[in-house]
This record gives sequence, C-alpha cells and structure tokens, in this order.
Amino acid sequence: MSSAIGSPIDRVDGPQKVTGAARYTAEIVLPHMTYAAVVAATVASGRVAVIDTGRARGAEGVLAILTHEDLPKLAEPHLLPSLAGAAAPGQSFFPMQKDVVHYAGQPVALVVADSHERAQYAASLVEVTYERAPSITTIDEGRDAAYEAERLFGGLLPARDERGDVDTAMAEAEVRVDVAYRFAANHHNAIEPAATTAVWDDGRLTIYDSTQGIRASQLTVAQLLGMPLSDVRVITHFVGGGFGSKAMVWPHVTLAALAARHVGRPVKLSLTRQQMFTSAGHREEQEQQLAIGATRDGRLTAMHHEKLSITSPFDDWAEPATGVSSQLYACPNYRGEHRLVRGNTMTPTFTRGPGEAVGVFVLETAMDELAHELGIDPLELRVRNHAAVDGHGNPWSSDGLEECLRHGAELFGWAGRNPVPRSRRDGDWLIGTGMAAAAYPVPLFMPTQRARARLYADGSAVVQAGTQEFGTGVLTAMTQVAADGLGLPLGSVRFEAGDTDLPNVSSAVGSAGAGMISAAVHAAATALRDQLVATAVADADSPLHGADPATIEVREGRITQREYPGVGETYGELMQRNRLADAEAPGSWTPPPLDTPHGLLTFGAQFAEVAVDPEIGLVRARRMVGVFAPGRVLNPKTARSQLVGGMLWGLGQALLEGNRMDPRHGRWGATSLGEYLVPVNADAPEVTVDFVELTDTVVNPLGVKGVGEIGQVGVAAAIGNAVFHATGRRVRELPMAAELVMD
Amino acid sequence: MRPLSYRRAAEIGEAVATVSTEPTSAFLAGGTTEVDLVRLGVARHDLLVDINDLPLADIENLPGGGLRIGALARMNDVARAAQVVEMYPGIAQALLLGASEQLRNMATMGGNLCQRVRCAYFRDNVSPCNKREPGTGCSALDGQNRGHAILGTSEHCIATHPSDVAVALVAFDAVVHTIGPSGARIIPIENFYLLPGRTPHIEHPLEHGELIVAIEVPPLPVARGSLYLKFRDRQSYEFALVSVLSALLVQDGRITEVRLALGGVGTTPWRARRAEAQLVGAPATAGSFAAAAAAELDAAVLHEHNAFKQELAQRAIVRGLDQAMVSAVHGGAR
Ligand SMILES: Cc1cc2nc3c(=O)[nH]c(=O)nc-3n(C[C@H](O)[C@H](O)[C@H](O)COP(=O)(O)OP(=O)(O)OC[C@H]3O[C@@H](n4cnc5c(N)ncnc54)[C@H](O)[C@@H]3O)c2cc1C
Ligand code: SF4
Repeated sequence: MSSAIGSPIDRVDGPQKVTGAARYTAEIVLPHMTYAAVVAATVASGRVAVIDTGRARGAEGVLAILTHEDLPKLAEPHLLPSLAGAAAPGQSFFPMQKDVVHYAGQPVALVVADSHERAQYAASLVEVTYERAPSITTIDEGRDAAYEAERLFGGLLPARDERGDVDTAMAEAEVRVDVAYRFAANHHNAIEPAATTAVWDDGRLTIYDSTQGIRASQLTVAQLLGMPLSDVRVITHFVGGGFGSKAMVWPHVTLAALAARHVGRPVKLSLTRQQMFTSAGHREEQEQQLAIGATRDGRLTAMHHEKLSITSPFDDWAEPATGVSSQLYACPNYRGEHRLVRGNTMTPTFTRGPGEAVGVFVLETAMDELAHELGIDPLELRVRNHAAVDGHGNPWSSDGLEECLRHGAELFGWAGRNPVPRSRRDGDWLIGTGMAAAAYPVPLFMPTQRARARLYADGSAVVQAGTQEFGTGVLTAMTQVAADGLGLPLGSVRFEAGDTDLPNVSSAVGSAGAGMISAAVHAAATALRDQLVATAVADADSPLHGADPATIEVREGRITQREYPGVGETYGELMQRNRLADAEAPGSWTPPPLDTPHGLLTFGAQFAEVAVDPEIGLVRARRMVGVFAPGRVLNPKTARSQLVGGMLWGLGQALLEGNRMDPRHGRWGATSLGEYLVPVNADAPEVTVDFVELTDTVVNPLGVKGVGEIGQVGVAAAIGNAVFHATGRRVRELPMAAELVMD
Repeated sequence: MRPLSYRRAAEIGEAVATVSTEPTSAFLAGGTTEVDLVRLGVARHDLLVDINDLPLADIENLPGGGLRIGALARMNDVARAAQVVEMYPGIAQALLLGASEQLRNMATMGGNLCQRVRCAYFRDNVSPCNKREPGTGCSALDGQNRGHAILGTSEHCIATHPSDVAVALVAFDAVVHTIGPSGARIIPIENFYLLPGRTPHIEHPLEHGELIVAIEVPPLPVARGSLYLKFRDRQSYEFALVSVLSALLVQDGRITEVRLALGGVGTTPWRARRAEAQLVGAPATAGSFAAAAAAELDAAVLHEHNAFKQELAQRAIVRGLDQAMVSAVHGGAR
C-alpha cells in the first residue's frame, strides 16, 4: 500500500537550508524591530540590592530597561512537561518578579535598544549590586540535606518504583555487582542559541520562537500573561536543534513579549552562547548506584538502582533514571529511587535521552561487569535476561531487542571476541570492543493531536499540522505520510507547519514527534481520501458508482477498484465534475490510555570499538554500530541521520561532555564551546546504523516508535565497556577524562 | 559589544604611531583572539588598528640559512611552506595541530605569539583574575584548574600559555623582530615570554605600540628531524593537555644535540632546559629519556585538578624523544 513511507527521500527543506533561504528565528526581519538583551545575575543566591541603570540608559540607542521593579506581575508558573499539552514553563519560578536571586544566570534586568550590539553593550553597563547569600551548587555541598523525592518530572512520575523483596534477594544472591558512578552536568548546545521575536498588534501577540513546540510556547505565554489563547500566535519554521533545551518554554520567551509590549515595537531577544548555559536547563550533576544480584548462571534476582542529583530551589526535578532498568530485564525484585539535593541552579531539564542516557549507562556497565564476573558473553547475558513482559506483566507493544543484538553483533563482528581485557594492541594503542543494550520509553501522555488535509481540484494537496522543523526531518516524513494517506505522488503534496493557527500537535519531545504527528496527518489524509471515495461511489456519473468503498484504492491521485485497476477516475476528474474547487478534512488521533496493557519501550543495541592510549589516557572510538527497532521507519535517510547524531552524542557523553560548578562562585566552569567540549568531526568514527523493522499496532496508527533518543542511549556504556576490554580499567565517571583512564 | 573605532594602517610607521599614541588601542591582525576578547568584554580597546595591509606576510630564506617569517604570514601558509616543512617540520606540525582550518587561514604568526590565555576565569569577565584585573586574586588556584600550568607558575597566576607554534619556536631559539615607538629591536623568543610572577598581566616585553614585524628562526640542522606531538581530549580544535617538541642528534648511540620544549603545562611555551642538559652526552635510551623527563617535571607545582599532568608530561616527553629517534636516525638530522 505505502510507497512514499519508508523511502529514503531527500529532505524537502534541503534546498532552503543549503542556500540559506530557510529563516531561523533570530533572522526574522520585521519593520521597526528592536532588540533586547538579558542582564544575568552573577551570583548564585541572594537578592538584588541596587540596580543602577544610569550609565546604561545613557548609552546610544537604548529604548528601555526593565527590572523587577517595573516588570508586570505574572501568573504563577507550574512545571509540567510540554508533551502533556498544557503550559510548560521550564521551572516554577519566573525571574524579575521580586528581587530574589536563585541562580547565577537568572535574568535580573532586560535592556531594549535599536540594535542587538547596542542592547548587549548597554546590558554590560547595568550595574547590579547583590546581597549575597550562601549557595549550594554541587551535590557535595548539599549531600547532607538530600531527600527522597515523591514525584519527579514536573510531578508526572513517582520517584520510587518497587517490586518484590530486594533486600532479601540481594542478600541471598550468588553473585553481586554493586557500583557507584558519577556524572558531570551536561548542556545541550544546539547550534542555534534560543531566540524569540515578539510583536503586538491591537492587543494580540505574535511570537516567533526557537522552540520544539510552538503550541507549548503559545500555552505558556498566554498562561503567564493571562491572555486568551486565541490572542497568542506562535510561528516557527526552522529551529537549529533543540535536544531538549527548547522543549520547555523558558523565561526569555515571555520576557520578549513583555518588552515588546513595553516599547510598543517588535522585540527580538537572542540569547548569547554563554547565556545558553544558564537559560534553557541542563542535565543535572548526578550520582547513581546500581546493585545487581544474580545466580551463577547469570539470571538476575535483585536490582537496586539509586540516583542522587541536584535540582533547583523550587522544583523536584530529576530526569527519571529507572524507566529502563526497572523493565528491560526480567528480575523479580527491583527497587528504583531518586534522591535530590536542592541547589542554586535553574531547574534542570530534558536532555537528549532524558534520564535513560545516564540510567542505561549505569545499567549496561553493571551488566558488563556481571558478564565479566560470570564469564558469560555480555550479549548472551542480555538475551538470557531480557524480559518478555514489562514490570507490570504486560507484553511489549513490540520488542526486537534480541534481533537488534544479534544483527548488531553480526554487523560488528562480535562473534569470537576474546573477552580477556588488554588482549589486543596496535602500536601505542590498546584495542577493545564493547556492547550495550539500548531502550527508551515510548511516552503516551500527550493530548489529542490534530492535522488537516486539503486537496485542490488540480490534484495538488496541502496538509497541515502545527509542528516545527528542528532538524529531525519532520517536514519530509510528514509529506511522505500525507502522500500515502491521500494516494498522491509526493510531488503533489506540500506539508505545512510552523504556526499555531494550524491544527495543533504537541511539542516534539521524548521521541514522540514522528509517532503522534504522523498519526494526526495520516488520520487527516485518509479521512479526506475516504470522503472523496464516498463522493465517487455516490456519484452516478462516476465509473466507481455503487462500488463498495472497501474495494477501492487511490494511487497516484487515481481512484480505482483494487480488483479492476482499469475502472476509475482521478481526484481531479471527480472534483471538477462535482464542482468541488477543493475538499478538506480534519484528522485527529488520541493516544491509547495511560494504562494501556502493554510494555512500551523502543529497543536497540550498541557496539563500539575503541583504541586507548593507556599512558596518556586518551580514548578514540574507532567504529560504532547501532541497530534499532523503532517500529515503522518513515524515512530511513532522515531516521539514520538522527540515529547517527544520537550515537555521536553518546560518544560525547562518554568521553568529552561535562560541566562543573565552581562552588565558590556558584557559576559553571565552562560557558563556551571552547571550554565545554563536544566531539568534532575528527572524533567521529565510522558509524553504522541499521534497523530491525517491526510492526507495532499499539503505539499509534502507523506503528512509529521514534528515533530521537534511542540512538544516544547505551552508547556511553558500549564505549565504557570497550575501554574496560581494552585496558582492564572500569571508568565509573563521565566524561571519561584522560586522568581517569591513564594507567 | 563595546563600541570602538577601527582604522586600517597603510604603513608600518603609521600603525606604530597610531597605537603608541592611543593608550587604549591595539593592533588587529587575524582577529581570532582579539575580536573574541572584545566581544567578551575582556579586551577593552577603544581603537583597533588593522595591520593586514602591511607588507609583512612573506616567508623568506635567510642568506646565512634559517628563515624569516613575516608577522602577518597566516598559520596555514607557514605550515605549508616548503622550507618550513623541510627545515623545521616541528613548526609545521605544531601549526597544523592548532586551532582549525578556518582559524588557521585567518590567524597570523604575530597574533599567535601574542594570543591570550584560555583560562575560563580570565575570559568570564566576572571572576577575580590577576591577569585581567591585577590585584583581584587568582580564581584558578583553588578553582577549576585542570587545564592550568604546572611549570613556571606563581601564587598569582597559573594560566597555561596556549600557543602550539611558540613551543617549537622556543625550542629552535627563534628571535622576534619588532618596530616600536623607540625603534627596531630583536628579542630572543625565550625573553619574549615573561613568567607570571607577581605581574601576570604583563605577558611580554613589548612596549605599547611595538609591532612584531617578523620571526627569525636560525639555521638548525637538528630541527630537520624535529617533531611535535600534541595530546588533547578531542582529536582536533582543542588546546593541548600536553604537547612536546622534540629533536635529537645521535651519534654512536649518544645524544649529541637535543631540543625539547613543552606546551600545555607551562605558563610560557616551555623550553625543557633541565632535561636537555641531562640528555646531552647521555645514551639515547629509554632510561635516559625517562630520567630527563623526571628531572624536568621535578619542578612542577601541582593543583587539585592538574596533578595528573606531571606524570602525563613525563610520558609525553619520553614518547616524543622515542619518536624523534626514528626521524633522527632515518630522516632528518645528519
Ligand atoms: C577556537 C580557537 C581555537 C584555537 N586553538 C589553537 C590551538 O590549538 N593552538 C594554537 O596555537 N592557537 C590556537 N588558537 C589561537 C589562534 O592561533 C590565535 O588566536 C591566533 O594565532 C591569533 O592570531 P591573529 O592574527 O588572529 O591575532 P589577533 O587576534 O588579531 O591578535 C591577537 C593579539 O595579538 C596582537 N597582535 C597581533 N599581531 C601583532 C603584531 N604583529 N605585533 C604586535 N601585536 C600583535 C593583537 O593586538 C592582539 O592583542 C585558537 C583560537 C581559537 C579562537
Ligand atoms: S590563572 Fe591567571 S588568568 Fe586564570 S584566574 Fe588566575 S590569574 Fe587569572
């Protein structure tokens, strides 16, 4: 049936991007534009004692300066993940409402000027005197006051997950692995720093926002400003990456709207690269401990997984780390716990592979240790323990883990591996290989998703949904889905997005984008097709008159009877005869209920070969193989790009990425891409990606489980396990810096 | 960004006169350090004098051997010049292992010698920093100092000198030719780099307005077998954790001449004089290399996060000398 879905077609927005025609938010040009710059707190805790704006006001081009003294009071923000479809401020604290300072980087003033540079310069002239209070910015500083959270993730998830009798089972286990790990904080560092342009017109607000969810931006700004949703429109065509940093709607978005209202002109607020380290969340500094009890023949009997992390003063935020460890393997006794330290940072946020990027590192490192301890091949240990059902006894909506492991092993050449550490050398380099299972939860807590399809009598179609392209290829994939749904050639379909005036979908987060948006687009496209088929069979002049719609199919814009392809007519012929200039249908999809009786994970397998210079401590990945089972793959080319990108993220997480607070100042040590290291091309090894395609009839109509996160998950463990294989050394801290690896 | 004025100098005299008479001005070459620092607010110049029109980009052989490299020669052009590759491969390698292709196309040799430190506290424009604001203290001493120096440090500053090529230049006894308000002079490169001592804000002996016009590298047979090893967390586009310039002349198994310098561990591009002194006359063996490396790093002053560099630098030296043996014997020096 489908022809476009599943083809590796080129990006429909490719030409725009490579020619520079694609306009990103900071490039939007409007008449009478003004520019806002944020003055950010340099202390981590205390209050603003005095703000002297005298010099700044005198600077050329300055139009206004706003501080807590003159910013209007806003509705109180409540933290909830944007996927849930309500207002989604990233934290339940809005700056500049009072004089309090909770974290370094918090906005304390906003300068509006007639150019970006002048605004930035004037912002540097605002003199803020702080009354400093003691701060806590590291786990070590707050360890004594750590507490067990009740709920996490904006209250969405319980912080504890328990079954069986862990303590007894652990005590009785024949073999135990019990290890603690530490993780530096991570930042998203999308290539495009966040930017917002706000324009008021007759009491109505239009926002151009660099966001992963225009609907979330609309809901959040409307809620904070107390405005009807119908008066707030958000437009976003292209986003230069998000990785979670643009999944929530951070204060700068609403600040831009307030500034624009204040000066009565459009305001563009572009955060600087430095400000991106303190303005859009981060992956929190954390420690995890995982104890595994097993039998001698490698059956897991008990697991205890704990996470301790630092959050903001106002939110119980932790990326949930136990969503995979609690269900990937069959283990009758399990306990997962999250403990928190309150500190002076902004509320951390989703960062690619939220929670599981770290949780699975811990799980899969421990599994490797167990395999080593037991003398069982690491891959076989996974297969042996993989659960047939989830933690509640529900069967998987679709599985594929074993197929991924086996296929990956074949592509990688895993068989016959000598498991003895330090057994391969190449000059100064020790060579090692490692693997890990990967899994990531499929979230279903989004509200109803909507799209609309319109067909013109000339046979061309426009299909719309209010999502935005942030590099995933969604415009391309949805064009494919729409074309197949309508039975039209790809070239006849344009997929339109980027505007909240279009039918609404949720933020593209948690790998949910492709699944939920394709569901709505498919529903709209097929509804329109069905509508026209119904018109045809009811039309006495149609060659299809009286036919059973169930026997009819549409291909290349031609409606025919499946059994008699010669009998039929085109959409155009039907519509012109019926004097239909166009035809239109909405479509919607409501996800299965949260208690759907299925286990919901996307599976994959990661393999890595590394070279380690043991004297110097350097680790270089030589090749990586990832095989994934993400349900239906809408476009293997764009899916592959996402997965390769995810795997390189994992490489960065393993070897390079980390930021640390300087507890004396309460500020991040790294605030630029010179200091916060991400992999560069020279670090990228040969990466092989392949799919195990599965049919999933539970998650959504097309059975799409998503590829956004799964590529990243498990990579760091595969690399760490390869480092162990190469050197005999377990590095239990990320990133695995040279000083931790060297002999 | 702070408003500032920009002028393009047509002649050397004009450039020198303009900068020396404007107290808050600076030369602008490739701009890859300067523009960054201006944007960060760390450099607070009111006037930038663009020197890119000055005729200082040539790379010439000197009559008595050796090479003269114009101050405005771009890093990439120098790295790819045939004479450099042949006579001083260590210079070419150090250049190509620095920055990125794009930066090297812009960045000049003069600017490279004058580049500022990468200490995050220096660049954040907020933290106490004696180099940026004398007398405010050094945040790195008890702060995050993984990237910081272990040699040549003081109680007032431990920032690492970031240049790669300068490491090769100190090893080869290059000299810096300048023209300043008080005329022309020649500064041996080792004197060009000042230890931080009590005055970390003074990094070199240039007068305000004194322009580097060229760098001369003397004829040096041992340099033909030189090599530059750079170790860093990622494989490109990063400064060194430690780097080693090594060159050896070996006769009958004994070292007759050696050049050894380190990057990434010193507050200046670090000529390993102690190690060199030990090596001359010693047998060219792993044992001699290790002993010399230990002697050099004996003087290291360690801080919380950079202590590993003492061992790391020693291993890097041994590796550098080991590999220099290969080029010393087979390819380079005769
Ligand atoms: C991201 C990044 C990575 C880098 N990585 C490396 C690396 O790995 N290794 C490395 O060695 N370097 C590295 N660099 C530094 C780079 O090599 C220097 O920025 C560059 O060499 C400076 O040259 P420029 O011509 O751009 O100098 P400019 O930025 O124009 O000037 C720098 C300074 O020198 C002064 N100056 C310039 N020319 C003269 C002159 N003729 N006489 C007197 N004063 C002068 C200027 O006034 C200014 O103070 C990196 C830089 C960046 C931005
Ligand atoms: S090491 Fe030097 S540059 Fe860094 S903070 Fe200390 S004084 Fe400043």
